[in-house]
Amino acid sequence: MADPSALSPLAGRSPSSRADGAAGALPPGVGQGGVVMAERALVGKLVLRGDADDAGFRDAVRGALGFDLPLAANTASGAESTTALWLGPNEWLVATAPGAETAAAVSLKVALSGRHASVTDVSDSRTVIRLSGANARDVLAKGCPIDLHPRVFGPGRVAQSLVARAGVILHQVDESPTFDLYVVASFAGYLWDWLVDAAAEFGVAAGR
Amino acid sequence: MLLIDCPWCGPRDENEFQYGGEAHIARPKDPALLSDAQWADYLFMRGNPKGRHRERWMHRSGCRRWFNVERDTVSHAITAVYRMGEAPPATAKPAATGDATSAEPRSSGDPGQWPAGGAE
Ligand SMILES: [Zn+2]
Repeated sequence: MADPSALSPLAGRSPSSRADGAAGALPPGVGQGGVVMAERALVGKLVLRGDADDAGFRDAVRGALGFDLPLAANTASGAESTTALWLGPNEWLVATAPGAETAAAVSLKVALSGRHASVTDVSDSRTVIRLSGANARDVLAKGCPIDLHPRVFGPGRVAQSLVARAGVILHQVDESPTFDLYVVASFAGYLWDWLVDAAAEFGVAAGR
Repeated sequence: MLLIDCPWCGPRDENEFQYGGEAHIARPKDPALLSDAQWADYLFMRGNPKGRHRERWMHRSGCRRWFNVERDTVSHAITAVYRMGEAPPATAKPAATGDATSAEPRSSGDPGQWPAGGAE
């Protein structure tokens, strides 16, 4: 069977999509830096839609996922293994470990059967670029119109916005800071190269 | 550049949004009862006020929700943002001739009143 990481839209670019772990498009000689870049390749992604005001819907989802959906706009809930991101007042993105999306979709569909709700597997629509390191926020600020100051945007916050004019779902994972950028497959190569260039002045290291 | 206060996401840059034209145009309940002139008036004729204007915007690069904005077309000052289905603010009367929330035709060649449908 072919190496599944070759299916990534960043195949050959991100270190995690290469069997040898080489840094691909990262400039040679910048092993240490203020920015660490990695791809979370092949993360499962489900779009969940339903009525947030319906306690039965919320309970059913909690039963399937094991945690409450985020109800506040532009926030996240869950853990690294399964995360729910608020996309709209009746819409969430559920991100799962690679390969776990089908089981998650089935358990959600079973829990929600008979309700006015939908679960759609959109795993191949986007990939996830993970940006971390002391200067990660500075790199994003070069191309993103939203206020990323820690006073406004911190861990657990989500935003759908533009980075270098590419549409992204931005999720701050932790305080270090670590950001996950969900970018559509056809823009992933462009955004990766843009981030490498924008981060060059701080030094870029390849993460895994 | 406008800073638009999305009802869900808060203040965001204008380039995250898509403009959707004049708000509160009620679709006629039974288009078949309308004359061509009345239908054309509903489809094409819009107010073009100098001053306050109630209009629809969509947060295209964000939460992708439609909502209403009241904006001054001269100064671009945004005086109100409210969700679909919510009543427009009562404080300020738009500069458009007549009440923009009414379903009555506003074109100069007034084709007469049509049977009004539900307002958005
Ligand atoms: Zn929004």
